[in-house]
Amino acid sequence: MTVLDVRGLTKGFTMHHLGTQMGAFEDISFALQAGEFLLLKGKNGAGKSTLLRTLYRSYLSQGGEILFHSDHGVIDLARAADVDVSFLRRTEIGFVTQFLTARPRVSAQDLVAEPLRLAGQEPTEALRAARHWLYTFGVKEELWAAYPTTFSGGEQQKVNLARALILPQRLLLLDEPTASLDVHARAALVERLGELKAQGTAMIGVFHHPGDVAALIDREIDLTPNAFQDEDRKDVAI
Amino acid sequence: MMDAPQIVKTRPLLIARNVSKRYGAVQALQDVSASVYPGEVLGIVGESGSGKSTFLRCLNLEEDPDHGSYTLDLPDVQGNLFDLDRYARRMLCATRIGIVYQNPHLGLLMKHSSSGNVAERLLIAGERRFGVLREKARDALDASEFPLDRMDAPPIELSGGMQQRVQLAKAIALEPALLLLDEPTTGLDVSVQALVLDTLKKLQQERKITMVIVSHDLGVIRTLSDRVMVMKGGQVVEEGLADQVFQDPQHAYTQQLVHAKL
Repeated sequence: MTVLDVRGLTKGFTMHHLGTQMGAFEDISFALQAGEFLLLKGKNGAGKSTLLRTLYRSYLSQGGEILFHSDHGVIDLARAADVDVSFLRRTEIGFVTQFLTARPRVSAQDLVAEPLRLAGQEPTEALRAARHWLYTFGVKEELWAAYPTTFSGGEQQKVNLARALILPQRLLLLDEPTASLDVHARAALVERLGELKAQGTAMIGVFHHPGDVAALIDREIDLTPNAFQDEDRKDVAI
Repeated sequence: MMDAPQIVKTRPLLIARNVSKRYGAVQALQDVSASVYPGEVLGIVGESGSGKSTFLRCLNLEEDPDHGSYTLDLPDVQGNLFDLDRYARRMLCATRIGIVYQNPHLGLLMKHSSSGNVAERLLIAGERRFGVLREKARDALDASEFPLDRMDAPPIELSGGMQQRVQLAKAIALEPALLLLDEPTTGLDVSVQALVLDTLKKLQQERKITMVIVSHDLGVIRTLSDRVMVMKGGQVVEEGLADQVFQDPQHAYTQQLVHAKL
């Protein structure tokens, strides 16, 4: 079952103060099936994160289509109304980064439970699930009711993963979620991604160390322009 | 230009179309249009003189545009609201629209008690029972995180942050369908600003209030808004999802604004 069908997608940035255009990627096409895991490769600046953000509509594309097969029919995310994109972000499309957007005076467990509450789950049940995932990612129990604004980077990252992965989505965009994660949390993350994949979540990911998720990868796309001409260096992560 | 909504079937609560206003030689607003969906927060950014506050005053029916239309999708509210007479406007504003101004003097009677300021809203709407008035005023002040032991102090004796909380309590006392915020935290200390923003965020999440917030401060807009509209010289130059406008601004003016942010 197709989840995403990207056709001829092109993205560049116009920098008005310089009067210049900077291309990011051009004419990218691929399809993604339910439960499929796609790895984006390419050296720094090849446009991997830019592609993820374009699919999420944080960036506007300049050409092509992003046909997302939602529960409510096929919709072109490149042109969809803002309200539709907002709705899909709450219900079907997730974006996982390594950074937590902490909010003042919102506890770690409330932050993690929020996607479930917004999806209509009963609050005590959502809180129970939130605690389960905080535990799974290795956040110390003393911190669950505390405010993550003051947490260390590592702890914030775990809270972020718990929140981002608590609600199974149809499409999950992963922007280096394993970067700087400790061994235990990384194992928990890989296990959770495997579980979601088995449930049919389609995933597109950028990983500094793709080895972390090697077992999950079904397919790779190299975004480096003229990729074959580049030297093969083992000391540079792709 | 994006497609019309295809999944979300609810109608916008607020639709303003081609709102224009001229003051002498100055075109303050030129065909400004906006839609806001129920529970959504629309942020409007722009520098002084961009027309953003004029537009907000039009939405609060305190300013008459030269032309344009404005509708709210509410039971018993029909037609172009700009055509309403003074009495109907006053009732609509008192019962359905709340506003918080940058300058508390515009929104509050500075020498009356804070609770009295909030209760005044309820009085206009027809509530006469003293017990109910006091009870509802207390609830609204509490929801705005105002210290209740000071509810009888007049705003003139309060700090700037507290005055904004009284304005907010007054604005939400009648559970308005629409909350308008005009630079609600400008001029406050940074730490106080964060607390007031936090209260607004919390209220918005708990009550799903539809909001339009105007500010020149991108941080404020970014914190609260789902969608952003950028104004310059009385016109809308760009609009989109908040993260998109801030991460991938399209218009030269928006790029300049975003890059100038610390």
